[in-house]
Amino acid sequence: MFLKDYISDVYNGVTSLLKGMRKTGYYFTHSKEIITEQYPDNRATLKLADRFKGEVVMPHDEQNEHTCTGCTACELACPNGTIKIITKFEMTPEGKKKKAIDSFIYRLEMCTLCNLCVAACPSDAIKMAPNFEHSVFDRSKLTKILNKPGSKIKEGVE
Amino acid sequence: MYNQTEIIKDTTNLGPEGELVVNMGPQHPATHGVLHLVVTLNGETIKKIEPHLGYIHRSIEKMCESLTYRQFIYVTSRMDYLSSHINNTACALLVEKGMQIEVPERAKVVRTILNELTRIASHELWIGAMAMDLGAFTPFFYAFREREMITDIMEETCGARLTMNYIVPGGLMYDIHPDFQTKVKAFVKQFKEKVTEYEDLVTGNVIFQSRTKGVGVLTAEDAISYGCSGPVARASGVSCDIRKIAPYDAYDRVEFDEIVETAGDSFARYIVRVKEMNQSIHIIEQLIDNIPEGDFVGKTKNVLKLAKGEFYQRVETARGELGVYIVSEGGTTPYRIKFRSPGFSNLSVLDHIAKGSKIGDLMATMGTLDLVIPDIDR
Repeated sequence: MFLKDYISDVYNGVTSLLKGMRKTGYYFTHSKEIITEQYPDNRATLKLADRFKGEVVMPHDEQNEHTCTGCTACELACPNGTIKIITKFEMTPEGKKKKAIDSFIYRLEMCTLCNLCVAACPSDAIKMAPNFEHSVFDRSKLTKILNKPGSKIKEGVE
Repeated sequence: MYNQTEIIKDTTNLGPEGELVVNMGPQHPATHGVLHLVVTLNGETIKKIEPHLGYIHRSIEKMCESLTYRQFIYVTSRMDYLSSHINNTACALLVEKGMQIEVPERAKVVRTILNELTRIASHELWIGAMAMDLGAFTPFFYAFREREMITDIMEETCGARLTMNYIVPGGLMYDIHPDFQTKVKAFVKQFKEKVTEYEDLVTGNVIFQSRTKGVGVLTAEDAISYGCSGPVARASGVSCDIRKIAPYDAYDRVEFDEIVETAGDSFARYIVRVKEMNQSIHIIEQLIDNIPEGDFVGKTKNVLKLAKGEFYQRVETARGELGVYIVSEGGTTPYRIKFRSPGFSNLSVLDHIAKGSKIGDLMATMGTLDLVIPDIDR
């Protein structure tokens, strides 16, 4: 009886191993079904989802205008103190004082990409962009000023 | 405690019974992160296991006390990062319960689908890592193939692959992607075809079976007294699925079986998780064609303030029962927050079930407990 058990154990062991190896052998010979992508080589075809949260950006139009009013709703919504808005007062052509942003400071190294600032913005001035290659040699390069130099607020945005 | 862990140079005198203390971790490849186990051995037999924690403590409970009820949800993705959607759901449900926020039906159904996708993704990763612990390298890549489809769905709809922060008090952060339903259906179809490959590669493998059957046996009484939950307790015959006991979101309207095995060994825990993935697919199939139209987020106030009092909400994560307990003083931030994480109770049983077994069996026992260290340490 011992010999019978021993032989059946060996038989079952070998068949179960061969069963698994048939699967791996199938993919070894069918290389077209392999889905692995070689990342740095496939940069040209790599397409991330539109919603991918890579970093916060501030879209500007052709006239170099943004829609940020400097209300600091994003600054209050941020859990980590990533955003700092410095405001200034601009003179309108009518001679009135108007609040505007001087600089929109965004610290990528502190950002957890939680999207709460974008959700809080009442004028859709900021959005998430699908950029993910953020490595730099110096940490200070991750502190960004999002409004472009010389930009101003779009007409009609309050 | 640390005097036990000194390097023993003189091997002629190893204590009264020849005991040897071995440090496993905190950077051991098989401990899934920074778990430090101090294992006392007598020859190859385990006499005692002491888990040392604290290597990845981020004081999440304390951090949450300074964050508002909208902000603290993102931190909970970093606890049990493999079921981050489910953690977020627990916190959102608690805030909704405390403020009586009406959640739209669409949000409830989408949350349930995402929770089940997260559960499948978590179990897929576990199967791969578990097989790798036991020396099988190939199943890891097969498991990640299906998991990749789920992370692609998450990326498209939620904007991130692991720490989504998609679920907010009142519903969802933004509406689902137009391709969501077709992608999920494609995933369900592929999963049903390919799940047989795991059976061939892992379940039927004679080496895997002989390394897990009868190893790390946990009885039902011990599972209850140690506070185990999730697949660990269900493999010992304890019925503890929160989705059945206290249904939340859309779980009350779907049909699924609670998987309960009675053997209590490592193989039973493996079988529970594999069968659970099929049940999750069954839940998704029932809901994916019936996502109701309407708003994706309910009406909430701009500033969320919980009423004075205590609130508790529990959900079933991929690892077991997660409880969130908040004491509110009526302000915008919680006064005290406490998470009852499933991993902590499941780790505490390790010493009990691994005692007396050989050191090679420790890998199988620890692997099937499905420990995620950031969840235990917080």
